[in-house]
Amino acid sequence: MLQLNDVYKTFNIGTINEKHALCGLNLHLNPGDFTTVIGGNGAGKSTMLNAISGVWPIDSGSIIINGTDVTALPEYKRAGYLGRVFQDPMLGTAAQMEIQENLALALRRGKKRTLRWGISNEEREKYHELLKTLDLGLEDRLTTKVGLLSGGQRQALTLLMATLTKPDLLLLDEHTAALDPKTAAKVLEISDRIIAEEKLTALMVTHNMRDAIAHGNRLIMLKDGRIILDIAGEEKKHLTVEDLLAKFASVAGEDLDNDRMLLG
Amino acid sequence: MLNIILGAIALGSLWAVMTMGVYITFRLLDIADLSVEGTLVTGAAVGAVCITGGMNPWVGTLLALLVGLICGAVTGLLHTKLKIPALLAGILTMIALYSVNLRIMGRANIALLNTPSVFTPLEKLPFMPWLAEQGIMTKNVAILICGVLICLVVSAVLYWFFGTELGSAIRATGNNPQMVRAQGVNTDTMILLGLMLSNGLVAMSGALIAQNQSYSDVQMGTGAIVIGLASVIIGEVLFGTKSFKRTLLSLSLGAITYRVIIALVLKAGMPANDLKLFTAITVAICLALPQIKAWWNKLKGGRK
Repeated sequence: MLQLNDVYKTFNIGTINEKHALCGLNLHLNPGDFTTVIGGNGAGKSTMLNAISGVWPIDSGSIIINGTDVTALPEYKRAGYLGRVFQDPMLGTAAQMEIQENLALALRRGKKRTLRWGISNEEREKYHELLKTLDLGLEDRLTTKVGLLSGGQRQALTLLMATLTKPDLLLLDEHTAALDPKTAAKVLEISDRIIAEEKLTALMVTHNMRDAIAHGNRLIMLKDGRIILDIAGEEKKHLTVEDLLAKFASVAGEDLDNDRMLLG
Repeated sequence: MLNIILGAIALGSLWAVMTMGVYITFRLLDIADLSVEGTLVTGAAVGAVCITGGMNPWVGTLLALLVGLICGAVTGLLHTKLKIPALLAGILTMIALYSVNLRIMGRANIALLNTPSVFTPLEKLPFMPWLAEQGIMTKNVAILICGVLICLVVSAVLYWFFGTELGSAIRATGNNPQMVRAQGVNTDTMILLGLMLSNGLVAMSGALIAQNQSYSDVQMGTGAIVIGLASVIIGEVLFGTKSFKRTLLSLSLGAITYRVIIALVLKAGMPANDLKLFTAITVAICLALPQIKAWWNKLKGGRK
């Protein structure tokens, strides 16, 4: 479903801030893979998702989504393949527009915008039903401006928007990191449910080791812009935090020193 | 006095078209587009040249709109393709248009005396002689009827357009461009379309204003952006923004209110030369209101 072939990306080339963000990244996702991504600060987790989304062009390598080489496509042209949820709840929705308007924008992801009316009555009913499944009381607030919602509600809505038109690949970029623990758990639960129901291929970046272990069928760990650990199948099912720490130490030749990851 | 107010309302209804244009960039796209100062004159110039050349005034007004679309495209391309900051792109277009406007007119101003305007047919309405007997200037009534009709039509078109898939995407672009790109929309194209539409309306407004005042002048655009902003803010504050329909109506009413205020302060004896200072101060205060409110609450004791 997704192939990253030898992807390189360096920021601020030739300056004192030069940063080799991705250094020969290779990843192959099978259809239906729900892969969690962990790694310390600056390991390249978000950079990898941004490379896939086309926020900026990569330096070398290729990116193939569902058989299509998207390496040269700009961000908005790749959107047809991708559903995205960002870390910042403000980024996924248009605050001054209504809930239903946001959903209507998302329903047309990857399609040409025409002069047809932006939202139809059948759509409204569909949105009502879908919002009900979130169990956040949003179904009766279709015309509420999104800016009035809480971070958790906005994140749940963004998740719904990202999957409204089934994406080839769902990218979750630490989408619960800005939420309080209870809301984060709820949003994670919704993510799990939607991914399972729609049989989505997904990449979920997280700072939280426990979440990375508890969710998905595959786990990869990034360090210095490369994948250093790739655990799937039965091994992933029975993985514990201690296993993961031990594996990291043996692969990286050093102890994991990121408090946020350990405590999570 | 009645005639002064009536004239102000009539003039306001023509400026309302420009106000809607300014609203598109300032509120929907979140850009302060200074090219407006140039395109208003360009619209007036095109209109004036067409009408003195014997064209139907409506055709001249619509041509002004078309030329305005092109002017907006210039700003849009400077901003999106050449990555020049929006404010600067607008200033560049504005300055360039000053020369272009002189070229179009061939001189600094064109008088529109004894030429037909879009308002003239309305002056022959059956009740006009009766109004004239009551001491009311029929020219103003004709302009008012025409202006209100134009405002209603433009509002209706904008209401429809910004409700479509395309219009929604433009609105969302001003809100959150990153989200819009993630939904597969080219935000550069949306900004370009918004700027074109905005400047088209401003130019059309310019052509109408020129017909109203019976001349087109290369200086008439000075301060237009501030007048537009004042009208937008007055409209929003006084008449509400509860729904998009309501907001569109508020814009026209805001433009009219602005003109009435100006007419009244002039009548009260303020020198005309101080007008722009007065307008600028008004707009500055309006734009600063949230901050002033915050200070006020802080002074009152901590409520943020």
